[in-house]
Order: sequence, then structure tokens, then C-alpha cells
Amino acid sequence: MAEAIVITSGKGGVGKTTTTANLGTSLALLDKKVCLMDTDIGLRNLDVVMGLENRIIFDIIDVAKGKCKLKQALIKDKRFDYLYLLPAAQTSDKNDLSPEAMIEMISELKKEFDYIIIDCPAGIEQGYKNAVAGADQAIVVTTPEKSSVRDADRIIGLLEQEELEPAKLVINRIRNHMMKNGDMLTIDEIIQILSIDLLGIVADDDEVIKASNHGEPIAFQPNTKASISYRNIARRILGESVPLQSFEEEQGMLTKMKKFFGMRN
Amino acid sequence: MIKNQYVTIKGTRDGLTLNLDDTCSFQQLLNELDKTLSQDDIDVEQSMITVKVKLGNRYLHSDQEEQLRTLIRQKNKLVVQDIESNVITKEQAMRWKEESDMRIITKTVRSGQVIEITGDLLLIGDVNPGGTVKATGNIFVMGNLRGIAHAGYKGNQDAVIMASYMHPVQLRIATLYSRSPDYESDGVYMECGYVDQSGKIIIDRLQVVAKKRPELNGFERSVLNG
Repeated sequence: MAEAIVITSGKGGVGKTTTTANLGTSLALLDKKVCLMDTDIGLRNLDVVMGLENRIIFDIIDVAKGKCKLKQALIKDKRFDYLYLLPAAQTSDKNDLSPEAMIEMISELKKEFDYIIIDCPAGIEQGYKNAVAGADQAIVVTTPEKSSVRDADRIIGLLEQEELEPAKLVINRIRNHMMKNGDMLTIDEIIQILSIDLLGIVADDDEVIKASNHGEPIAFQPNTKASISYRNIARRILGESVPLQSFEEEQGMLTKMKKFFGMRN
Repeated sequence: MIKNQYVTIKGTRDGLTLNLDDTCSFQQLLNELDKTLSQDDIDVEQSMITVKVKLGNRYLHSDQEEQLRTLIRQKNKLVVQDIESNVITKEQAMRWKEESDMRIITKTVRSGQVIEITGDLLLIGDVNPGGTVKATGNIFVMGNLRGIAHAGYKGNQDAVIMASYMHPVQLRIATLYSRSPDYESDGVYMECGYVDQSGKIIIDRLQVVAKKRPELNGFERSVLNG
């Protein structure tokens, strides 16, 4: 049974698009048939992050308005057998897309794919309503900042009114040393406030930005912290139980020796 | 003809009590009251006498009540203190019940959500920052209160706000409000906000507040609220 998952956050800049791109890539790496859907009309950038910008001919609005067939607008990622992108329109308005059109497109996509991942625009207006309309499940992305947790809380409240499974949480851009010093909200504090299930945590890593700029999601790389995080999240979506990573820094040789001899740090 | 006595007057330490018959017509009652009160010899030196009116099982409309008040007020030295009736309308009773009822809600009140109820609120769950709970009566939160709570929002200053974990953005009781300090602070467990004599919202331990608001106890509460 195919599943449509919307990635949302309320606040902008917390990593919705990056999460969408990487989850899609990770699921495709696990041999799933995946379609990414960008609903951020007018401010599309999922295509840029995926490195597929130059291949866009038709977009989601063209499909909604019946200018082309759904299959014509889908862009295949040549790195995989079954990873496709349905890009957003850059020139249209959010109001050109309706929730009904979204539901129709998603039900058509479900025949073909295992997972449809929907990238939601920031905010709680029409764009958000469109993105959530056809989804079965929601993933809320937040960062360990008060403002982003506040907005995530608002979004979770709104999602509760939709007929979706309870939303799951991804905490993005964690900086371990700041959490330790108490300069950032800790994971436990965030979960206590939002009181929803945690799906995964992702470290703040320069490599993520680098990879996005190259149009190649970080999940391709075999062993950076962030890529492992995203692949773990994908495995949890598939129902595996994967323990959370620890972000402890590698201990130096000296501290290890001290520990071995029972000396205090 | 046997003369029915519709009005009986009783003198007490606090003044006069007028017991009015509840089987005759209202007009009969007014006529006799007019006569009875006029008969009294009035001592000019005497101070004002307060009068309590007991209606028995009679229900008065507000204009009838006004009529009764003006009649008594016309007589020298009489002041109506209170009009008491054994009966109230169904509507009033329903409102009374609603206001003294406890509503139980189980959910997390998230940012942007507002819960507004008549009566007391027992919330099983958290109020997150940006969320608001409002009640005409008291608010009890079995969970973390991190948002705004407004008790007695139609003007009841005796209302209290209790929470298992108290770390609110704002507490409001009737028309008063207090806010959290500007510096980072930790919340407190099992505490209660109430309005003290000086008209400020104070947060104190639950046990202390239970003593200051004895009317929180069960049935007495609903009677006093009425």
C-alpha cells in the first residue's frame, strides 16, 4: 500500500526541503519506488537540491490545470531506477493549486509508487492546506530553537484537525556542544513540549549545505553523520527499529588511556 | 368573610422579615402589603429599617420585583435588603449548573489553540506556550501549564488556577493579570495562583490555597457561586 508523507514545519528555514530530498534519496537507496512532490509554488527549490533544475519542462500547476499528463511532468532521477520528482511551478500563485487537485494527483501517483513525499511550503495558509490535503502521514521538522519549536507546536495542533495518523517529529540541525552547555533546547525538552513520537535526529553538519549546493543530497554519502541520520529515519519509516545515534565526539587517545587506568578526567 | 392574611411581618435583630403568601395573586399581595405597611405607626426618630422579603414558592419577573421594591421603598424608613424566593427559572438553573459544573478535557492545548468554557476546567494534558485556556470558574491543569490560563474570565476574582507544573507565560484572573519574569526561570510543581486581599495574583503552594478558598469544597462551592 502506497503512502503519502507530508514534510512540514510551520517555520521557514528549518530544513523541510533538505529533509524531503534526503528521505526520498534514502528510501530510493532502500529500493523503494519514490516520488518527491514540491508544493512550494513560486519558491520552488526541491529541484535545485536534487540537481534536477535543468530538466523541468512541465510542473505541478500544468498537471493541475490539465495542460499535460502527470507522467509528462515527472522528472526521473537518473541515479536511481525509481526516484521521480514532480516540480512546483515558479511563475504561478499558490491559489492556482487546490486541495482537490492534490488529492487527485496523489491518488494517481499511489498506483505507481511506494512512497510519495510532499515538500510543504512554510506558513499555515493555502500552500500548507494544499500540501496536507492528500497526505496519509505527516513528519514535522523542527530545530532546537524556541521559535521553531513554537511553530512546530502550532502545526501539530493544525495537523490534529486533519484526518492523518499522528504526526512524527524530526529534530534537525542539532549542535551537540550547545545542547550540552544548555544554550539550546535539549531533545528531551523538545519532546516533552511537543509530546509526539520522535522519528529521528539530524546533526548540524556543513556537509549538508555543501551537498545541497552540488545538487546531490547528503544521503548519497556513505558515512557522514547526517547521511546516516537520514538513512536511519528512512529505515524507521519502513518499520525497522533503529536506535538513535549518539552525537558524542570521538574521544581522544589520551582520554581513553586515562579512562583505562581509572583516572578522572 | 374570612380575611386571609397574605403578609406576615416578623421582627428580627437585623430588621424586618416580610413573609409573603405564595398562593394569592400578585395584585392581591401588593394591595395588602400597601395596606399593612401604611398601618404601621412610624417613629420619626427611628433609623432606617432593613427589610428582607421572603416570597416562598413564588417566582417574580424583574418588573414585578421592581414593583415590589418601589412599593416598599415608598414607605418611610424601609429599605429592601434582599428578596428571596424558593424557586428560580429553568434557564437560571441551567446556567447555574453550567457555571458550577466541572468540565474535563483531555488534550494538549498547543500554540494558537484556545479553549474557552463555562464553569470549572479540569485539563488533563499540557498547555503549551502560545496556547490559552479560559474558564468562568477555576482552572485545574493536570500537566504542564506553559501557556496562558485565564480563570474567572467573566469577572470572578475568587477563581484560582492550579497546575501540576506551573511555568506559565501569563496568569489571568478576572481582570487582573501577571506575567512570568523577564529572566529565564524554572517552573514550580503543584502550585496555585489566586488573588490575595491586596488585589494581586499570588502563586503559592496548593495546601495554602486550599485554606484560603474553603469554597472550593464540593457542594458548598456551587451554592456559593449561585
